[in-house]
Amino acid sequence: MQPRFPLPRLVRRAAALLALAAWGCGRGVPGGAGDVTLTVSAAASLREVMTATAERYRAGHPGVRVRLNFGASGALRQQIEHGAAVDVFVSASEGQMDALAKRGLVDARSRRILAGNELVLVVPAGVPPKVKGFAELASPTVGRVAVGAPGSVPAGEYAEETFRSLGIADAVARKTVYAQNVRQVLTYVESGNVDAGVVYRTDALASDRVRVVAPAPPGSHRPVVYPVAVVSASGHPREAQALVAYLTGPAGRAELLRRGFRVGASPAPRP
Amino acid sequence: MTVDWQPVLLSLRVAAAALAVVAVAGTLAARAMTGRHFPGKDVLDGLLVLPLVLPPVVTGFLLLVLLGRGGPVGAPLERAFGIRLLFTVHAAVLAAVVVAFPLMYQSAKAAFQGVDRRLEDAARTLGAGEGRVFLTVTLPLAWPGLAAGVVLAFARSLGEFGATVMIAGNIPGETTTVPLAIYFLADAGDMRTAGVYALLISAASMALVVGLNVWARRRVPGWQRGRRG
Repeated sequence: MQPRFPLPRLVRRAAALLALAAWGCGRGVPGGAGDVTLTVSAAASLREVMTATAERYRAGHPGVRVRLNFGASGALRQQIEHGAAVDVFVSASEGQMDALAKRGLVDARSRRILAGNELVLVVPAGVPPKVKGFAELASPTVGRVAVGAPGSVPAGEYAEETFRSLGIADAVARKTVYAQNVRQVLTYVESGNVDAGVVYRTDALASDRVRVVAPAPPGSHRPVVYPVAVVSASGHPREAQALVAYLTGPAGRAELLRRGFRVGASPAPRP
Repeated sequence: MTVDWQPVLLSLRVAAAALAVVAVAGTLAARAMTGRHFPGKDVLDGLLVLPLVLPPVVTGFLLLVLLGRGGPVGAPLERAFGIRLLFTVHAAVLAAVVVAFPLMYQSAKAAFQGVDRRLEDAARTLGAGEGRVFLTVTLPLAWPGLAAGVVLAFARSLGEFGATVMIAGNIPGETTTVPLAIYFLADAGDMRTAGVYALLISAASMALVVGLNVWARRRVPGWQRGRRG
């Protein structure tokens, strides 16, 4: 006897499954015809300032959509190395940008210094501080210390440089919880789940739940600077270039200054 | 290339500690829930299984809120005993316990449901107390299912990431288990070491599952092997 398959029903079910798959794989937000979408990967510490500047840029450039992608500079660099469709990269350290430049993954001519920042020690606000300066971090009375994971988080690298220059690197390492990005350090401190953390001055300014107890001793770490460059694989290099010019121009710099970043007199191209 | 074995040993220790808790708690909870009916049983059962279907990061988030410094569990713990659970190896074990528990519980429940109640009743008519019935009749009969639960729970603990990263953080030597090490190494671009760890944990998980399959088939008597596949 021939087995009979209820073919129409099978076809209907297959079609429903296909529709489901297509829905899942479809592009999230439909863009208008002719629109250019620029993806900016920016260091986590730039979240508020980049969001504000991008908002303003969009208003003045109706044909350009700007998508922002925040994370640890090292993680963003990895994404670019693995072929992520990114147009502009803003790193919190020269090292992560240099690594991309060396492999030709960013356009060296487009590279500028966007801003500078300062490294500070923060403690939870509203409770008596367990520590008053970097050197005290080694003391046994200080519990957990939050620091960015040095391999990928520039704030963590700068912090380690400071610990090393103070000769407390090993003592601090034993009590350190390493965060995925500098904003996670901030969250750890805000919640009071750690006794102290090392973040940028601007991160501390953005939160009213932490208190700055000390800046890193002068010269204890490389200067904190944010290089910006157009990614070589960008599909819209001209628009990306224009966005970099805007970020480093008067409007971008005003926003950076307003939020406590350091901005050079004239962000000249690097030699 | 030198591979740091610390995360591997730590993962094994955390998973072993979690297993000790989960094996006992899961078995007892399953035993208590089988063959009993009471109002709200379905809801309680759902709660016990919830971490299995919940995204681990949500489980981690809930634990973080509960155990954090100002949390309803974290605050009294610190006030009364000066204990801070977050960002310690205990938090890593707790995360593993919570996510692995449903696997043990589900397996044990299925195993107990498969036990012929008439055999338990027979033991009772012969004068055995409840404890003795459980230990000498129920447990041996349910053993294959319990063993499967133990293996699954261990493998799940070994691979736990989402809840762990939320409440235990990344503290080398204390909470940086293999999955966390892989994540942070990949972030830092060390794909080689991350790859070695990924390979190790894949091999371990595969060995556990295959080992369980082989063991389960062996337990079936020879004359049944063909029929049970």
